Amino acid sequence: MTQPPVRLSELPNATRAVVRSVDDAHVSDPVARRLRDLGFVAGEPVRVVACGPFGGDPLLVQIGHTRFALRRREAARVAVTVESVT
Amino acid sequence: MSASTLRIALVGNPNSGKTALFNLLTGGRQKVANYAGVTIERKEGRFVAPSGRVMQVLDLPGAYSFDAVSPDEQITRDVLEGRYPGEAVPDLVVCVADATNLRLHLRFLLELKQLGRPVVLALNMMDAAKKRGIFIDVPELQKRLGVPVVETVAVRRGGARALIERVDGDLPVVSSNRSGVQDNDLHAEVRTILAAAVRMPRATAAVDDAIDRVVLHPVAGLAILATVMFLVFQAVYALGKPLTDLIGDGFDALGSQLALWLPAGPLQGLVVEGLCGGLGTVLGFLPQILVLFFFILTLEESGYLPRAAFLLDRMMVSVGLTGRSFIPLLSSFACAIPGIMGTRTITDPRDRLATIMVAPLMTCSARLPVYALLIAAFIPAYPVLGVFNLQGLVLFALYAAGILGAMLVGWVMKRIRRDRSEHALLMELPAYRMPKARDIAIGLYERGMVFLKRLTGVILALTVLMWALSSFPAPPAGAAGPAIDYSFAGYLGRGLAHVFAPIGFNWQMSIALIPAFAARETAVAALATVYAVGGDAVGAGLGQALVGNISLASALSLLVWFAYAPQCMSTLAVIKRETDSWRNVAISFGYMFAMAYAASFVTYQVARMFT
Repeated sequence: MTQPPVRLSELPNATRAVVRSVDDAHVSDPVARRLRDLGFVAGEPVRVVACGPFGGDPLLVQIGHTRFALRRREAARVAVTVESVT
Repeated sequence: MSASTLRIALVGNPNSGKTALFNLLTGGRQKVANYAGVTIERKEGRFVAPSGRVMQVLDLPGAYSFDAVSPDEQITRDVLEGRYPGEAVPDLVVCVADATNLRLHLRFLLELKQLGRPVVLALNMMDAAKKRGIFIDVPELQKRLGVPVVETVAVRRGGARALIERVDGDLPVVSSNRSGVQDNDLHAEVRTILAAAVRMPRATAAVDDAIDRVVLHPVAGLAILATVMFLVFQAVYALGKPLTDLIGDGFDALGSQLALWLPAGPLQGLVVEGLCGGLGTVLGFLPQILVLFFFILTLEESGYLPRAAFLLDRMMVSVGLTGRSFIPLLSSFACAIPGIMGTRTITDPRDRLATIMVAPLMTCSARLPVYALLIAAFIPAYPVLGVFNLQGLVLFALYAAGILGAMLVGWVMKRIRRDRSEHALLMELPAYRMPKARDIAIGLYERGMVFLKRLTGVILALTVLMWALSSFPAPPAGAAGPAIDYSFAGYLGRGLAHVFAPIGFNWQMSIALIPAFAARETAVAALATVYAVGGDAVGAGLGQALVGNISLASALSLLVWFAYAPQCMSTLAVIKRETDSWRNVAISFGYMFAMAYAASFVTYQVARMFT
């Protein structure tokens, strides 16, 4: 059964999730485009590994075998589904 | 294909080891480190293959995709598409991929294939992949990708043998060109290929996860960062200082010997005080500079720097910069020139300009001789809290003054600019790596040579010029007072002293600022020369001569001046080149002059009240 989508920026630390989509914040959004290039595409497992010390920003996100530092505003473009606990 | 030169381009994701491979192939000594975006320009080298064919190798900046967003990625795209001025399209493209991080790297390869050029895939860091239990079925990978695949270990001698054999053979056939494939499809294709050809035990190395839990911890991480930075600057003093004293004493002894041989007069002053005293003093700072570089290179190699950038991003955004500014700013502690060039990895033009503007406020190593001279002469070597030394603390305070100044300038720039749009971070954090002694040794050697070249070039020339200005013209017959008062330097210095008197500079200090504009360290040699020709320092060290001639308030004011003063000409030239605007050069020079003058004025006036 599928969970409702959440924003990557709202995903609690260490929760396993799967990318649903990357949504453009505006027309031809270069940040969204780059996120897709970096591997944020539907079906990719993702999780938040750490948060920055000041205001929990930026986020350290593990996507595939790579770790990226993303600010919350950037992470908000990514819709994810929390993996149901099996 | 004839036996003529084969042009090979090394491309791939950032931090996949292209430059390490380039160095291995061509015997080059290009800088390597462990963060994305070390290489910011195209570099060229060549080697002769076993068949006798000459291979011309291009090392290109790393790119995540051809949808280039930063100036360094653009270079790579333009070269591969044959749009880079003066650069022919490469005959063969070697895509270098990190074998421990294939998913992203293979996507780039698929994108690369769409260009329709012959491609070879080099699976680099195979040693690290095997250590982590990653199994790659190379024949399967080759079949599925449709390009030749070779394994390489760029950090090991002979680690590129398979690649050399492959590129020495026939050019690979270009497989069918399917352009216009969507991003999602590329990722899906990569996933299918990986599922068929690669077995991975886990997503990242377990040890990396453990280190990251500590160094990225909100409290412990910041404490570690502060401790690391503080220890580096203490070490510069504690480890470098004894060697510096040794070299300084050696040159003093040499000077005293030479003084016995040479007839008294201005020439003796030049050789004994200007060359032995001045240049010798500057040379003495080489150990301290090398200690600083040792730590910077070690940190660069380890993969820690992007972590520090992650920790500081939010704070840097609040002062108008970005976490990405951290590495260029840290390299500016060595020299602002590579720092400013390193800002090319900052994708956003606004963040990049802000970083370029504040980079010269980071205390470059050329200022170290000036600081060290004045601190050694004026600040007592007082133990503080049992472990620290007052001299080390003052040095730390000067570095901190530069950083705080940069934060202030960044904040002001953020206030006055109108653009408040969003600017992305999107920064990859690499796997940790044990720094390689060989790479660090090469880095130290390169920096040492740069320093010696400056010393025997521009600094030597300026020192001789200062000597000439201080010695000629000779005083008129029957003149009272020291001869230097009648020299060009005397007149020039007294003119300048009107400008600098409010901040406590005497005419000797004022005139030493002129050659310091060409190269900071020259201030030391220039002071040595001016005081020697004036008859002050003969027999005693430059430190004592200064203590005898200027007040503590003036010395502190000079230290603060150097923390903020307008940068050397080479830095201004590099700002011009990187931003292509004289306006930025003028702003940079103007704001730093005003800031240095104001800070020195306050320092001098306050210090005078207490001394």
